[in-house]
Amino acid sequence: MAETQVYKYTPKDFKSDQEVRWCPGCGDHAVLSSVQKALVELGIPKEKFAFISGIGCSSRFPYYMDTFGFHSIHGRATAVASGVKTANPELSVWQITGDGDALAIGGNHFIHAIRRNIDINIILFNNEIYGLTKGQYSPTSTKGLVTKTSPFGTVEEPFSVGELVIGAKGKFFARTIDTNVALSTQIYIEAAKHHGTSVIEVLQNCVIFNDGIHDTIADKEVRDDRTIILKHGQPMVFGKNNDKGLILEGCRKLKAVKLGEDGFTEKNILVHDTFEPNPGIQYMLANMKYPEYPVALGVIRSVDGPTYDIAVKEQIEGVKKTAKIKCMDDLLKSGSTWSVG
Amino acid sequence: MGKRSTVIEREEVVIRFSGDSGDGMQLTGTLFSDTAALFGNDLSTFPDYPAEIRAPQGTVGGVSGFQVHLGHSKINTPGDFSDVLVAMNPAAIKANAKWIKPGGTIIYDEGNFSEKNIEKAGYDKDPIIEEKLDGYNVIAAPISSMVKEALKDFGLDPKSVLRTKNMFALGMVYWLFDRKLKYTEDYFEKKFKNKPGMAEANKVALRAGYYYAETIEALTPTYKILPAEIAKGLYRNINGNTATAWGFMAAAEKAGLELFIGSYPITPATGILEELAARKDLGVKSFQAEDEIAGICTSLGASFAGDLAITSTSGPGLALKSEAIGLAVMAELPIVIVNVQRGGPSTGLPTKTEQADLMQALYGRNGECPVVVLASSTPSDCFHFAFEAARIAVEHMTPVMLLSDSYLANGTEPWRVPEMKDLPKINPPYADRNEKPFLPYKRDHEKLARSWAVPGIAGLEHRIGGLEKTVKGTVSYVPENHELMVNLRAEKVAKVANEIPNLEVYGPKTGDLLVVGWGGSYGYLITAVRELQDEGHKVSLVNFNYINPLPRNVKKVFSQFKKIVVCELNLGQFADYLRIKHQEFNYEQLNKVQGVPFTIKDIKEKCIKILEDK
Repeated sequence: MAETQVYKYTPKDFKSDQEVRWCPGCGDHAVLSSVQKALVELGIPKEKFAFISGIGCSSRFPYYMDTFGFHSIHGRATAVASGVKTANPELSVWQITGDGDALAIGGNHFIHAIRRNIDINIILFNNEIYGLTKGQYSPTSTKGLVTKTSPFGTVEEPFSVGELVIGAKGKFFARTIDTNVALSTQIYIEAAKHHGTSVIEVLQNCVIFNDGIHDTIADKEVRDDRTIILKHGQPMVFGKNNDKGLILEGCRKLKAVKLGEDGFTEKNILVHDTFEPNPGIQYMLANMKYPEYPVALGVIRSVDGPTYDIAVKEQIEGVKKTAKIKCMDDLLKSGSTWSVG
Repeated sequence: MGKRSTVIEREEVVIRFSGDSGDGMQLTGTLFSDTAALFGNDLSTFPDYPAEIRAPQGTVGGVSGFQVHLGHSKINTPGDFSDVLVAMNPAAIKANAKWIKPGGTIIYDEGNFSEKNIEKAGYDKDPIIEEKLDGYNVIAAPISSMVKEALKDFGLDPKSVLRTKNMFALGMVYWLFDRKLKYTEDYFEKKFKNKPGMAEANKVALRAGYYYAETIEALTPTYKILPAEIAKGLYRNINGNTATAWGFMAAAEKAGLELFIGSYPITPATGILEELAARKDLGVKSFQAEDEIAGICTSLGASFAGDLAITSTSGPGLALKSEAIGLAVMAELPIVIVNVQRGGPSTGLPTKTEQADLMQALYGRNGECPVVVLASSTPSDCFHFAFEAARIAVEHMTPVMLLSDSYLANGTEPWRVPEMKDLPKINPPYADRNEKPFLPYKRDHEKLARSWAVPGIAGLEHRIGGLEKTVKGTVSYVPENHELMVNLRAEKVAKVANEIPNLEVYGPKTGDLLVVGWGGSYGYLITAVRELQDEGHKVSLVNFNYINPLPRNVKKVFSQFKKIVVCELNLGQFADYLRIKHQEFNYEQLNKVQGVPFTIKDIKEKCIKILEDK
């Protein structure tokens, strides 16, 4: 991405003239604001941004951004975004999606974009519920959740977004909470700079149909003890008083411990390696659930690898270099032909 | 060159190669037709193969055929009945017995007519007797044992030896038609560049067949078909799928756009994706998507980003793409959807031909959702109509559906290749970057097309999507606005009629009967109509390539005939469409849904019956 020229934008430059229609108190407002803040920092001219969405509350997002935007159909934003990026790898392509849009109806496109490692940034708003259709369970709803379509509780296991991303050979996975604008902004910047598919799971609150679903971990009072913000090269310490940490128990399992208890000191605490290609520890971090563990926030995995869009471009350039056929006239006259008259 | 005791000079002849799907009949047929084309014959081919790659050996269901019709004059169809049948096993006799011309030549591999194989094909003892073919020119050639003998010093395993049986048979047919072996020999040298042993083995089998035919007296009469008298120019053989792919590449070049294909493999459309995937030299971006929906959605994304975007599919895939076509209609982005029709519904007859997706193409979406619909009518004009589809899509900012079918996709014919300078320039309606504010749904007056504002251009930032919009691009639920936009989108498609050619009448402009066809039935219809005309009937043909909108002169043309018969490979979808669009006429119908094209006989009989009815 070109950083030679300085673009002096403010978040306001990325606001469209459309009235934002999300419910008052919806977590989406904060995501919008974090993204607008992040774009300012990227040094990319405004006209190079394309925001692509599917269907769902979050998918109205492009209308509120003064960038190129395409509000597509349910589940297919990943495929549309893949086409945009492959057609023009110079664009900064952002996909806005939700837990239903990306993981239910669009699950197939989601895993294949990740597998291909197309350089798009996927912001997945996870509120564990279907909001736009007014309150049905989603593929990330906790088992047993009572909703309009599960009046006796769901009987399905939910997806864990990070587990799915890593399983699909994902190279970038981060998690944030809608209300933490500073952390979110920082993560969006890192996602934009990463070459390849970046998936950012936003734990987002649906104020109407699933209000407070993330409160257990996100509430001001408890969040320091129930979440951990991972930073590359930093020990995995958390807690209001920075007195807790994560250790590897028996090489196979993470364990949350209290420093100074049972002989654990800072020396025992794991140091986060965002860039480690082997996803073993990152996989365990992504899957941590309260109350056994703190929920991991921050960039959990960020590994470089070839991207699909550039590979397509380079393959074409490579073939062109030595090709005998340079234009349609060459092709039309190539191979077995014969002249009459 | 050996003696040729009886040489029959013929205007045209039909040859059918038939055997197990593993017998290499498609290759044999292709090599034969390429050789005939290079000689200067006009021709038309029809590969007919089972959906299973290796259907149960020796059964009728597993028979794979390749029919070639070649002639001294214009050839429009692969022909109804064959003059020569090459049958590699008893099942091939079973599948083709009723399609051999009385007194025709049958060459069969004696070595493969074992008791077991005869029984598998459903015969008691002797297929030739049981099919009452014994009065024909039947040649029982010991093909299997001859290739074993010819290749005994090659050190090949028995399987590889038997795999050259088709070349032995081809050699016999080359003798029969007095054709040179060079093209086929060159083919093997190229194909087995790194396996000179295999190249030599195939060449030896080919020559062994040729000399065997020369040696045996039974192989008379031999046929002679002079080169066709065709227009001057550079020619090549081309099938419909390749021609379609090339038409899009030509359109991209003429529009100054890069070509993007998002697609998922599906029979019989896969050839288009394969051909375009191979054309990195011309900069084609091919995206083999995870499913049909992603095929069109990646294309739509590429169209939004400023590429000439297409997607290719067949009926079941088109069903999956419906919602995204609706989005393309709403977003008013250019995209071409190629539907290579096959027998349906559902999985239906994947490798067979049909024209039953017409209503799906016209109406198969939610809401008022018009798209332009075109249909190719010969393997080579697939090039022209792919080009046309892309031109209309880009210049009118609309999705265009291009209908082909299995028969066109796989059929080949010689094609006089165009010069790129003779093709029209395509002008994308790019947005003016100085227009402030930019209104995404503002239209030009003539075409009602909106302009194309490609990401990357400062000042043109805008949002589009599936929700109903105002001209400014703002989401709107206002009742009057929705109705206005629905009408505008319909009118935009209707206005394409101003730029398409008039319907052409083949034959006199007035008469007793007008035969009406569309798309891929053209070859059979024109052949039948020409024969009827030669026999003194007042019959003419129109064949539609522009389905939506229809050409402007339909009413004028139709009103000059006493009767109209609509012929199509479905239960009457185009006839019904005409009943909606031009209710003032009475339409008779000829329909066929057997997964195979019409025969000329079918059409002529129907026409004569209609002419005789008072």
